[in-house]
Amino acid sequence: MIGSPDVVAFTKEDDFGDSFIDPCSLPEEFTVPLFAHAASANPWTKTSYAKFSKDFILISEFSEQVGPQPLLTIPNDPKVCGTFDLNYFSLRIMSVDYQASFVGHPPGSNYPKLNFVEDSKVVLGDSKEGAFAYVHHLTLYDLEARGFVRPFCMAYISADERKIMHQFQELSSEFSKASEFLKSGNRKAFANELEKKLRDLEYTRSVLYKEAELQKKNNGCYSTQAIDKANELANMEKSIYEHRDLLKQITSYPSRKKKDGDFVQHETEKPAETSVIDDSLNSNHSDVADKTVETECERRKSSYTPQLIKAKSAKCFDKRLKTMEELCNASFFHQTLEQLNTIEKSYRDDLCLIYISQIDRALLSKQKITSFLFEAERNSEFGGTSKNFSVSSNNPTVPILNFSGEPLSLDSYTTCIDVDHIKPGVESMEGRPDSSTSDITQETSEAADTETKGSFSSDKSIEAFGGVSPSSLQTNYFDGLERKSKVSIASPSENASSSLAVPQRTSDGNLVPVDAGCCIGQDGFIFEEPLLELAQECYGDTVVNREPLSLLQGDPPLQMDYILEESALAENPNMGLTFSELNTEEVAKITIEDVSDSTSFMSTSTSSDRAVSPFTYGSAATLKQKKKAGHSALRFIRQYPFAHQAISCLLSGRTLVILGVDEGTVRKLVNALFIFIPNLGKYGETVQPWLSSPFQLTDLQRWKLIGLQRAASPAGSSILHSLNRYSRYISILDCDSKTLRCPPYKGTLVSHLADHRTQIKRGSTYFLHVQGMLTQLTAKAFLYTFCHHIHLPMDINHQGSVTSRRTNFLLQLGYTVEESKIVQYLSELIKRHYIQGSSKGANQSFCFNYTTSYLYKI
Amino acid sequence: MLRWILGGREAQGTVEKSAALFIGEEQPKNCFTEMQVLKGHFDIVRFLVQIDDLRFASAGDDGLVLIWNVETGDCLFALRGHTQQITAMTSYTFIRGGTAHTALITASSDRTLSLWDPDSGNRVQNISDLQSSVKCLLVLAHLDVWLSGGNELCVWNRDLELRCKMVHHSDAGISAMVELPKNFIAAAMDKEIVIFKLNLSGSDIAVMAMRHLADHHDTIRSLIHINDGLFASGSHIGELIIWDSVDWTIQAYEHILWEEPARDSQSEFKLNHQKQIERSIQHMSSDGEYIVAAVGSGLYVYNVLMKSVVAYRRTAHDSNILHTMLQQDSLMSCSEDGSVRMWELQDLPLPAEPASSGFFGMFGTFGRSSKQTGPPAKKIPEVPGLRSLELIGDLIGHSGAVQMFLSFKDKGLVTCSTDQLLIVWKDGELQSQLRSLAVFQKLEENQGL
Repeated sequence: MIGSPDVVAFTKEDDFGDSFIDPCSLPEEFTVPLFAHAASANPWTKTSYAKFSKDFILISEFSEQVGPQPLLTIPNDPKVCGTFDLNYFSLRIMSVDYQASFVGHPPGSNYPKLNFVEDSKVVLGDSKEGAFAYVHHLTLYDLEARGFVRPFCMAYISADERKIMHQFQELSSEFSKASEFLKSGNRKAFANELEKKLRDLEYTRSVLYKEAELQKKNNGCYSTQAIDKANELANMEKSIYEHRDLLKQITSYPSRKKKDGDFVQHETEKPAETSVIDDSLNSNHSDVADKTVETECERRKSSYTPQLIKAKSAKCFDKRLKTMEELCNASFFHQTLEQLNTIEKSYRDDLCLIYISQIDRALLSKQKITSFLFEAERNSEFGGTSKNFSVSSNNPTVPILNFSGEPLSLDSYTTCIDVDHIKPGVESMEGRPDSSTSDITQETSEAADTETKGSFSSDKSIEAFGGVSPSSLQTNYFDGLERKSKVSIASPSENASSSLAVPQRTSDGNLVPVDAGCCIGQDGFIFEEPLLELAQECYGDTVVNREPLSLLQGDPPLQMDYILEESALAENPNMGLTFSELNTEEVAKITIEDVSDSTSFMSTSTSSDRAVSPFTYGSAATLKQKKKAGHSALRFIRQYPFAHQAISCLLSGRTLVILGVDEGTVRKLVNALFIFIPNLGKYGETVQPWLSSPFQLTDLQRWKLIGLQRAASPAGSSILHSLNRYSRYISILDCDSKTLRCPPYKGTLVSHLADHRTQIKRGSTYFLHVQGMLTQLTAKAFLYTFCHHIHLPMDINHQGSVTSRRTNFLLQLGYTVEESKIVQYLSELIKRHYIQGSSKGANQSFCFNYTTSYLYKI
Repeated sequence: MLRWILGGREAQGTVEKSAALFIGEEQPKNCFTEMQVLKGHFDIVRFLVQIDDLRFASAGDDGLVLIWNVETGDCLFALRGHTQQITAMTSYTFIRGGTAHTALITASSDRTLSLWDPDSGNRVQNISDLQSSVKCLLVLAHLDVWLSGGNELCVWNRDLELRCKMVHHSDAGISAMVELPKNFIAAAMDKEIVIFKLNLSGSDIAVMAMRHLADHHDTIRSLIHINDGLFASGSHIGELIIWDSVDWTIQAYEHILWEEPARDSQSEFKLNHQKQIERSIQHMSSDGEYIVAAVGSGLYVYNVLMKSVVAYRRTAHDSNILHTMLQQDSLMSCSEDGSVRMWELQDLPLPAEPASSGFFGMFGTFGRSSKQTGPPAKKIPEVPGLRSLELIGDLIGHSGAVQMFLSFKDKGLVTCSTDQLLIVWKDGELQSQLRSLAVFQKLEENQGL
């Protein structure tokens, strides 16, 4: 009815190419989508002709009264959608709904049956509007609604089709969570409603019964009134029976979901009032259901007075339909909104950025042993998403970028795919092709037809990409998992000339789903899929119109770019974009250029780059803060020629004391240097930015960076005394006389890390540079720690051999004696962390060396 | 002001004068590159007692006894019961039911004696009706009894039952005791050493004073056992006497004077007003052949077999030395100045060189008769084999006087101090290796990372 929805199947990857593995190639997890070197240079130009400026989430309902209608958008800001026609798009997304739910009187059954249907998840594209959407359909129960169901849908709408396609599974699992909140709230509300209704009915029946008795007495058994009353009574009985059955059905909703850890968590969060119902729900699902309901009813009688129900219910168009919030429990509804907000926040960025953060997260999750050293706490980075990320870490759902390359277990997938899959659902799935017989879908399609006939027939631009039904998901996804799901289109498109897709050859010869064009604008991306398939087909014949960029070949240009841009930067800092910057700020800047939404994480980080808010002790040291600190660090490096020594002290675990009269200056220096502290701690426990009393020995154990007040008071002299006493354990940076007293350092590592002639201009860029170097250092420290032969003597008597092996090993890693102290310190930290876990409660010992310090002057 | 902080070399007084004492930050022979600070006491920590290879107890003026694990630094038990400062503490190992048990005995100013079980942290026994506080404790393992000394000398069995008691007429109580062969005990009481004999007749024990050795001219500060044949005592004015354990005769008599070279005397006097204290023999320790005596802030090493001085250093610390330890060619000392210093006995390249740096009076006497004769010699005779005491490292961490230390060999060194802290000093390299071992062990258990 609406054009011809093209179903894009997630097909299984062809097996070709598996045999060849290039031993030198990088592991796949390091795949960063490369920018296809098209003629047009700037990949960030906004070519989208979408009428909205940024991604948003739309919730729509197919109202039985007015048809498809948008309910709300997230973010709830009219500017977001711009001129985008929400009504029109609601119509689109609701029209693809199949809703296999059969509610009503199934054949062979006299009373209505509730189906616990699975949600459907489809991808929908509207090339005319420039909008692409992940659409998540769900139904909520409403006693007053036709067939007791109200179809809703939540859609993630983006101008970037790739984002929708590639993040399908992530979106699916996130939206499923939101949907689960809604539905569990709805079940409770529905059960509540049923109970009330039942009480009404029972009350009505008792009234009717009395009336009937009265009629019989007055008019005899066979009078018309008496017969009417008897019929009415019988109807009432039937109605009661039906409602009881419905209640039984809804309350017997399997407690299977309760096992889900996430769900339980949310269950327990809600107020006690609902948990009462919850209890009853749980207990009801046995044979004694009716009984417990009865007692439940009795208990509630005090709070609810039954009402007489009129024989004829109001016309369906007269009554007011319940709002979504009413349909679900309010707390569940707000939870849902929270979840949707989280989704919006974590997917609003450019796909490229999402990829990188996904790669980042996936890699970090593999580095549990060393990530404590320099990695910021990721949870705080995205604010609200922490919950969601921690959950997804339980069931690994990074399906598009399946880094490990090994197929994920089936179990882990069922958790994110099936949502409401219970017994009735099976029959609904099987009966899905016949779903047109169900009155509700018929209704909707009819309604849609009549209302917007004209526009539909003319519009051919609507394609439903990958109409992923739950069943097809189950099968195709599992197949496709080993695969790196390749998207191919069923019907080949006629226009295939403007493709930019670049299949990348990786070590195992598979095509990586991360296509290089993920950062480009939207020209022709609709036709990418067919081409991709074409490219695949003629893979052996070396097709011309794709750039055969393997990762290995791809690296040098990337590097070159980097250098190029770096040098360009020197001349024109405004134009030149360093590679790392492209990844973070500029992208964000461009993609949300026109959006005045200053709450965006990325844009704030850009704007506040120069306004350094000092790192405060006690608050969580976030990545954001660290990025800001990069600017101070850069300034420190340029300003102080002995920056290398200071940094090497921090890296090798020697406490650095910054001594000064002015608090601001000292704090600024502390802020500049804290990014170099290994194992900074979640709240920066190892930093004391301003101390005005003498420190103790135990403080040296705790703090690796101390800002110390220089005062002329007696307290000041005792401070100086403690400085003098513990001088062998600390390095002192005097910011008044600009001197540094510390052991010498002549290595190359820190000079790379903190080159005062660096071309890097931006703080956040510099931070990323530091982060990169430190990651490398960490990797080496990891190797050093876990190499058996450099720690344990093979022969007790040959202690010396260990030392020489150690030195050789470090040399192989490219480190001289100068760096060995740093590596050794990191290694000790890793060892302790590995042995004790992250527990910091234990009384740590404190290592030091006996080395001579020198005084460095500016 | 910062100048003196940063310029280590221009630090004060004594260090500047005797440059050799300033070791600086480069200490290649100092293996203690890891420290662990143990907190738990609320007052001066004075005593450390080793319980076994892993555990030790600490006690001090807060009346609290803490039991620690030296490897992990964990406080295993806090033994509470004494209301006043601890005056003496010792461990007592005995065999019961085929296994060795170690008990801890503590004495306090509140005139109580307690017997503790360090495995459970329980107070097994407590004696609270003592007439005076106990100043020293001595375990006689072969008799399975132990003695407490104060104004009275008591003999107790392992269950803290009083076996024998002897009250002294003297005001000054027993400050130290050593065990001598044949069930004799030497006890230091003010200026005298009293020899007691324990008479064992069946299960009864009787104590009898045998002899009073009154050769010291001032209060005896330390009394130690050297070997089976010898014991030594040191007095407040620097007298060091080596005694024969069997017939209690003087084997050697040294009067350490620490005489000043004329030129330096002025400044030296300014720094240290109390010259007498300066010579007090606060502590002695011995390995059977050598004795090291802490004389004021100086160290004095004496060979008891050769009856000759081996090495000495007049100002080994900035302040009085409180505890010493001798191990082969190296020795350790801790002082009121808050540091622990490690020394090495080194052969002198030029034999007579150190003689000019300091003088000390010395003449050996063999027998009582000659002890009062003659003034001390002004010059040291050319002692063959005189060695020098070289500083090889120092441990700085405490902010108050280091009262005592206890060595666990490879596992580390524990120091206790007036600053209420205990510090375990460890060999960083060794600890690193141990951690590596633990890592690889865990790797094996976990079957990989």
